[in-house]
Amino acid sequence: MSQRQVVQVFEQYQKARTQFVQMVAELVTRPQNIETLQNAGVMSLLRPLLLDVVPTIQQTAALALGRLANYNDDLAEAVVKGDILPQLVYSLAEQNRFYKKAAAFVLRAVAKHSPQLAQAIVDCGALDTLVICLEDFDPGVKEAVAWALGYIARHNAELSQAVVDAGAVPLLVLCIQEPEIALKRIAASALSDISKHSPELAQTVVDAGAIAHLAQMILNPDAKLKRQVLSALSQVAKHSVDLAEMVVEAEIFPVVLTCLKDKDEYVKKNACTLIREIAKHTPELSQLIVNTGGVAAVIDCIGSCKGNIRLPGIMMLGYVAAHSENLAMAVIISKGVAQLSICLSEETEDHIKAAAAWALGQIGRHTPEHARAVAVTNTLPVLLSLYMSTESSEDLQEKSKKAIKTILQKCTYLPALEPFLYDAPPNILKHVVGQFSKVLFSWIFRYTSAKSGQLSTNY
Amino acid sequence: MATLARLQARSTFIGHQYYFRNSVVDVFRKKEHDAAVKIQSWFRGCQIRSYIRYLQRIVVVIQKWWRGYLARKHYQLIVKLAYYTMKMNIYNAMAVRIQRRWRGYRIRKYCFNYFYLKEYLRAVSETNDTIREALEEFADMKEREEKKAELEREEKKRDYQARKMHYLLSTKQIPGIYNSPFRKEPDPWELRLQKAKPLTHRRYQVKPTRSVQLSSWLACTSARSFPRSEFLPPIDRKPCQGPFRDIAEVLKQRYKPLEPTLRSEEPINELKAAREDLRRQEWTKNIHDNMFLPFSSYHKNKTYIPSMHSSSKYGPNSLGRQCFRDENPKKWICDKDFQTVLPAFDLFSKYGKLYSKAGQIL
Repeated sequence: MSQRQVVQVFEQYQKARTQFVQMVAELVTRPQNIETLQNAGVMSLLRPLLLDVVPTIQQTAALALGRLANYNDDLAEAVVKGDILPQLVYSLAEQNRFYKKAAAFVLRAVAKHSPQLAQAIVDCGALDTLVICLEDFDPGVKEAVAWALGYIARHNAELSQAVVDAGAVPLLVLCIQEPEIALKRIAASALSDISKHSPELAQTVVDAGAIAHLAQMILNPDAKLKRQVLSALSQVAKHSVDLAEMVVEAEIFPVVLTCLKDKDEYVKKNACTLIREIAKHTPELSQLIVNTGGVAAVIDCIGSCKGNIRLPGIMMLGYVAAHSENLAMAVIISKGVAQLSICLSEETEDHIKAAAAWALGQIGRHTPEHARAVAVTNTLPVLLSLYMSTESSEDLQEKSKKAIKTILQKCTYLPALEPFLYDAPPNILKHVVGQFSKVLFSWIFRYTSAKSGQLSTNY
Repeated sequence: MATLARLQARSTFIGHQYYFRNSVVDVFRKKEHDAAVKIQSWFRGCQIRSYIRYLQRIVVVIQKWWRGYLARKHYQLIVKLAYYTMKMNIYNAMAVRIQRRWRGYRIRKYCFNYFYLKEYLRAVSETNDTIREALEEFADMKEREEKKAELEREEKKRDYQARKMHYLLSTKQIPGIYNSPFRKEPDPWELRLQKAKPLTHRRYQVKPTRSVQLSSWLACTSARSFPRSEFLPPIDRKPCQGPFRDIAEVLKQRYKPLEPTLRSEEPINELKAAREDLRRQEWTKNIHDNMFLPFSSYHKNKTYIPSMHSSSKYGPNSLGRQCFRDENPKKWICDKDFQTVLPAFDLFSKYGKLYSKAGQIL
């Protein structure tokens, strides 16, 4: 009898603990409760429950802690200071998959706020355990762990290097090949975060054979996956010519151009970013993109978007045109100048206008033919008004002034120059007058010497 | 002597005459002198002028010849210079022609092929057009696929709804709501309902028990991790002879898992626990723990005002019908009753008498 009573006492206690932890986990989902919970000292109550004998209580306690740490960085700091991390890391190695998921969630929630917190996680040796968990069979565990690793690597190059040193990259490349879409997404995002900091890290990712798999996944219909994959490829390609060439060798062209017609805005933006990162290195890569019709696709994509989504496309046109005059002529015949001048007039944000002005300057600066193609679309008065207006930011004024100067130095199309004679400031007016003199001087000279019939006495 | 006297007498006269004639002569002398001077000066002037003219003629001749000589020298210099300039211009023009041809040839042959560039740009624009068309097609295809998928989803949803609403189908006796007799033809939903198969009841879903996870080698080797199939007969069992039941049935009954009743599955104090739970949930919804006071106690200080119906006497009130004065005598102005001041209407005094006796008014 008394034995049963004793057992009943224990069961009651267990039930109470279970209920407490479940209710706390539920309450934390609503942000307005968190302050009350914090004042009630929930952190110190949850901590011993992490060591509870019952696995459900452990898991729910870990879940509640994760949600708390997710909410703001003070709570995440409290989690770190409360010495909870070593316990989590220790049990991460041993427990079942639900606990692993919850523990990885806590680590992710702590790491996302700041580099110092992520460093604290690395310091307590979580990386090795996380990488071991990446080999788990359950895709949910792998997803949670890959997410945590991605958030750690996001902050700076040292943390990325630490993640790479723990041997995460080959396992992440294996994760990308898994059939679950969510896991692929998270693994691609983690690879993107790792490779964005420095060329060596990008080289490590490439050496693990990630590019081929990422290139295959461009054809996947899921939009969020495409976003992450394109972002990863562009982070790899941006560092150096060799990396860009490796990305191109994975035969992404012309498949990437289909992503430019996707319905999702961010897929379009990331695809334009990828093409821009490839085009900016050398004229040969730009030539490759032009030969596959990439310029036309990007111009159409610019036409179909608005706002910040357009920015990488505009910069891509500028980079392509900057390399050589043949490429600039290719941009012109693909109807790029008309689209850029539409962007210049339509957009409201200054940095996008500055990018469009810069791109127009790069197109028009090569020869009088190019300058004429830019001047014919009546963009020069728009550029002048942007330069003169007091509302434009300094960057915009600087870029439009440079664009006007470089275009004017080659422009011989007089009808476009005439409006400048009326309302241009003196530093631009001198270029305009210089151009007029170049065009008209030889004409006047020929005319007068023919009229007078005298031999010239200049010699 | 006489002459002397005559001379002396004439001396003053002579003196006067002398003086007079001298002075007159002076005037004439001056005049004559001036005239002579004028004639002489004029003549001398003519002389000199003709001399000067003569000199000028001579000097002009000299100067003419000298200037002609200088100009011819200068002219020869100019001609030499112009000839030289013309030669140099011709040489320059020829050199320009040669250089022009050579430069054009060199650029076209070795540095830059204009036609190739034109060809390249044309090829690029053709590729652009092809790519644009291909991308348009791709986008169209995607749209069509999306629309198709959307339509299919709608169709599935409607089918499911029709299956759920199958009881709204019309019968011979009662037309259903989609088959109103006033319509020319039944609603499309009616046809859909006719085609739909009614849904079966959802089977009670047994919660799957959590099996052991294969997270480590030890877990794999545990006995419970081996897959258990349902009804395995013992290995070397010969089929029994005789009218026995089907072995599968027997084994099914023998190895049937325990299905305890609901009463034994639930703990014994479930009801109490449920009540406690409910009370706790209700408690969380309270703002504070004080009980709300009933509304009637709000009016504790107020006196009760009974309604008019219960405070006045039952029955018709004579106030409006028989007596017309106020109930309260203190309000009366005078003791006597009111008199009718106005005379009665003649019309109404003859009420009932003027009218025809044929009616029933009398």
